[in-house]
Amino acid sequence: MNITLKIWRQKNKQDKGKFVTYKLDGVSTEMTFLEMLDYLNEKLIKEDADPVAFDSDCREGICGMCGLYINGRPNGPEKGVTTCQLSMSVFKDGKKITVEPWRSKAFPVIKDLVVDRSTFDKLIQVGGYISANTGAAPEANSIPIKKEDVDRAFDSGICIGCGTCVAACKNASAMLFVSAKISQLSLLPQGRVEAKERVQAMVLKMDELGFGNCTNTGACEAECPKEISLSNIARMNREFYKAKIS
Amino acid sequence: MRRFFGSSVTKKLVMALAGLFLITFLIVHLTINLFLLSDDPDPFNKAAHFMASNPLIKIFEVVLMGGFLIHIICGVILQIQNWMARPKRYKVTYPSQTSFFSKYMIYLGIIILIFLFLHFMNFFFIKLGWVEGDHENFYGIAHDLFHMPQYLVIYLFSFLILAFHLNHAFQSAFQTLGLNHAKYTPVIKGIGLVYSIVVPVGYSIIPIVIYFFK
Repeated sequence: MNITLKIWRQKNKQDKGKFVTYKLDGVSTEMTFLEMLDYLNEKLIKEDADPVAFDSDCREGICGMCGLYINGRPNGPEKGVTTCQLSMSVFKDGKKITVEPWRSKAFPVIKDLVVDRSTFDKLIQVGGYISANTGAAPEANSIPIKKEDVDRAFDSGICIGCGTCVAACKNASAMLFVSAKISQLSLLPQGRVEAKERVQAMVLKMDELGFGNCTNTGACEAECPKEISLSNIARMNREFYKAKIS
Repeated sequence: MRRFFGSSVTKKLVMALAGLFLITFLIVHLTINLFLLSDDPDPFNKAAHFMASNPLIKIFEVVLMGGFLIHIICGVILQIQNWMARPKRYKVTYPSQTSFFSKYMIYLGIIILIFLFLHFMNFFFIKLGWVEGDHENFYGIAHDLFHMPQYLVIYLFSFLILAFHLNHAFQSAFQTLGLNHAKYTPVIKGIGLVYSIVVPVGYSIIPIVIYFFK
């Protein structure tokens, strides 16, 4: 099929950037979205033009590295998928596709469609972990945990840190990401030990890094490729209040 | 500024609590307004007089004004931070499945604030003696205003906007308080929807009845 791509091109952080239109023939419906971009880049390289820079790694929806804003939606029109899992079969022949990078003050564009998401690393560094001694792993069953809690922790723990929530949110808020990390740890006994310090440190860091504030719109939940629930944000709020008053 | 007003979560909490307080007050105010439907001006005027003279109510009045101010100040600060968080907007946006009115809360809030100012000019400021008017006959003032078609239109429009604001506000406040539960959240959303319809409709019926039948 033939498609028209309107892609954001930006040389570097300082460059103002602009949209460039590319007409692409011979796109297969069996290609993934990123394979289609690879195909475009091969063409651009042959023409001695600068290929479009975009992020990707595992290309099977588990690493959180890819992430593009496609036709006004993060990761395109399909629900519950990352950009790399998006198939070209969802687009019609002759369709115009606009591709933009994640837009957020906390995710500055490095080049073209690549953004700097190291602010997420900074959030993890202030509390998204548990302190444990190194050495042999302890016996997993020595601390009994309710199956229900394990399941809920797992539901939060599947967050891949791709930044879709920030991209989707009208306020560029990172509260779904931060709350998923807080929930994942606070629901388990190993994580409860530092729960109070964690939630305060992560919320303050999130504010400091320039992310917006949640207005409970729910766009993050609707667009999250891992379908992380908004109930995580309520849990983060509860944890925060508890930490403040205790 | 962030340090002074606390973290994002604290500001949201304060805003939600102030909002829930205002939501409760709307019912109190509506109950008094229903006296306007009576042909006898006495019950409403007596209620208004009680509201103006009772020392407990006077304290409540200060708390209420505080509630408004806190809600507005927090809302404006959060909104400015939210605009700053995305300096470069997207070229194409597709509306995702979300709470529709949540996207326009600040604009709805500004319209409500403008109405509130008009409302204060007509009633509250008279009571305070800042604006001239008969503070012993608010029943008469209200009836005169509701017989003006332009005031009726502004009034009804304002309550439609308030309905939109409340539609998101009610359930959003509970989420901010950390109350999200698989079983109870749909109930809260249901109550919020009913509240956002019943209360503004209740306020709107009064001027309509007065305009057409009184």
